[in-house]
Amino acid sequence: MAELITYREAVAKALAQEMSRDETVYLIGEDVAAAGGVFKTTPGLLEQFGPKRVRDTPISEEAIVGAAMGAAMNGLRPVAEIMFSDFLATCWDLVANQIAKTRYMTDGQVALPLVIRTANGAGVRFGAQHSQSLENWAMSVPGLKVVAPSNPRDVIELMAASIRDPDPVIFFEHKGLFADRGEIPEGELVGDLGKAAVVRSGTDVTLLALAAMVPRSLEAAEKLSAHGVEAGVVDLRCLVPLDTQTILAEASATGRVYTVEENPRLCGWGAEIVSIIVEEAFYDLDAPIVRITTEHIPLPSSDPLEDAALPSADRIIETVLRSLD
Amino acid sequence: MSEAVSTKTGSGARLGIYRMMLEARRFEDRAHQLFMEGLVRGTSHLATGQEAVAAGYAAAMQPDDLTFCTYRGHHHTLLRGTPAGKLMAELLGRADGVCGGKGGSMHLTWVPAGAMGSYAIVGAHLPIAVGAAWAAQERGSGQVAVCFFGDGTTNIGAFHEALNLAVVWNLPIVFVCENNLYMEYTPIGSVTAVERPAADRAAAYGLEDIQVDGNDPDVMYEVALTTLAKARDGGGPSLVEAVTYRHAGHSKADPATYRPPEEVEQWLKRDPIPMYRRRLSESGTTEEELLQVEQKVESSIEAAVEEAKASPDPSVASTWTEVWADGGFRWRN
Repeated sequence: MAELITYREAVAKALAQEMSRDETVYLIGEDVAAAGGVFKTTPGLLEQFGPKRVRDTPISEEAIVGAAMGAAMNGLRPVAEIMFSDFLATCWDLVANQIAKTRYMTDGQVALPLVIRTANGAGVRFGAQHSQSLENWAMSVPGLKVVAPSNPRDVIELMAASIRDPDPVIFFEHKGLFADRGEIPEGELVGDLGKAAVVRSGTDVTLLALAAMVPRSLEAAEKLSAHGVEAGVVDLRCLVPLDTQTILAEASATGRVYTVEENPRLCGWGAEIVSIIVEEAFYDLDAPIVRITTEHIPLPSSDPLEDAALPSADRIIETVLRSLD
Repeated sequence: MSEAVSTKTGSGARLGIYRMMLEARRFEDRAHQLFMEGLVRGTSHLATGQEAVAAGYAAAMQPDDLTFCTYRGHHHTLLRGTPAGKLMAELLGRADGVCGGKGGSMHLTWVPAGAMGSYAIVGAHLPIAVGAAWAAQERGSGQVAVCFFGDGTTNIGAFHEALNLAVVWNLPIVFVCENNLYMEYTPIGSVTAVERPAADRAAAYGLEDIQVDGNDPDVMYEVALTTLAKARDGGGPSLVEAVTYRHAGHSKADPATYRPPEEVEQWLKRDPIPMYRRRLSESGTTEEELLQVEQKVESSIEAAVEEAKASPDPSVASTWTEVWADGGFRWRN
């Protein structure tokens, strides 16, 4: 029987599934154990797996991420939580210089099967230092896999895949989606990294979206239907590995592509995808590809300002309709 | 600082430590020459003068213990048992190098010997070593992680984060600060709030204040035995400040003219290798035994140099391998 659970419940469920399966999976981070996570994504895990495998750390991001790396070098499969993705800046040396490069620099002697989970994204009015969408930071560093699920089922399936993956994964949980509900089937759930999902079929235009921009694109697509425009929506799910087959197939099918990105404009993942489509499917395009992003600004806190900054369903609709004029 | 001359170190261990120091010295001398000949590429950071720290610990460690060191790490990597030829080949960027030419002088790893990497960003490897010690504790492996770093590291955040977590989790780890008095060009004392950069910080983490003569191999061996045993027996971390001196500059780009000549002269007189040779000689090791060790080291390092020189360049195709565990580099389908 299918079960209806929230995105945040899916995080704990995924971790419990993997920790039950593999005793080398450990969870560390600030407030992950006794408090069950500041976003309540890890409640019950301490009780289920004990204080050794679910462990609170000091506010020491370098120590958290460094410890995960060292433990992965010596036989564990650690999952480290960085409370807000913005805090990755405080341990970026460990992430980008050490974790990402060690397999390569050692010519394959060292494997780093670890996951860094982090709450990412806007919509909760936390302002510029607790709201960023930072998938692009990770995407730009060779050696990191980058996952950003948009719904509870994907959280479980992609978390399981990330924990089982032999390479380091940065797993972005969107804090604007934590309360969203979705159906999950019974039994063990494991997905594949690097597979996008066509979450809505549409013959006129293609919206490429990630994480919180997926439900927003779906909302826009439903409304576009009333304007006589059938929009397909692709949930990218992973930026690395990137499912270019699905992206190119959808782009070629409609010939009209829009990226819907929560991140600020410059060097967003959409820019990379545009370049791939232009290089490889240019003659299938009927119009220039359009990127719908947050403007290149830090995020404000106030409700109307944050709403204005982020791509809204209305902005997606207006952009699509204008380009079809 | 302890100036005591040990009587505890057995003569077999002492000759072994002497051999290790010679290996490290000869390796660095040859690396320097090969750099001047244009064969060692990039840069290199020599540990000439600092051999006693590495030899003391390497002699005391168990085979499956784990070493984490810095970009000044040829000696640590070598003395854990990394094949010298493969190590030199890495400095030359050759196919048979420990990292296939992908690492270079600053990035040396040889997992079979427990040499878990030389790290080129100051401070980064302290939390990583903490993680390895955490895994050792959880798996009950009996391993101890030993983390070597320079005096300059004591002012970076990762040092403090790592020490705190290691103590809170009571991990089997030994932090060894190789205080050679200079960060790169700047004296550590001129930019540090305390006089002894590591030892004076120990109290902040509830650790014993340990500062030792890093140029005395017997002192280093003893402190290694003590701190390793403490870690292995569940007694938690130690922080050791070993005061030593590098004979050359920070890197190949640095002629080290900022150091007063009299200071350099004084430290050269305290070169651990001739000092230790005299001590061994005075305590009964024969000249013949010493010469035999010296000749063996000389020939083994020469053989390593020849092996490295004979190794071919890596295949260009290897540029695109080992980004991922599948052996490749692809980021898309």
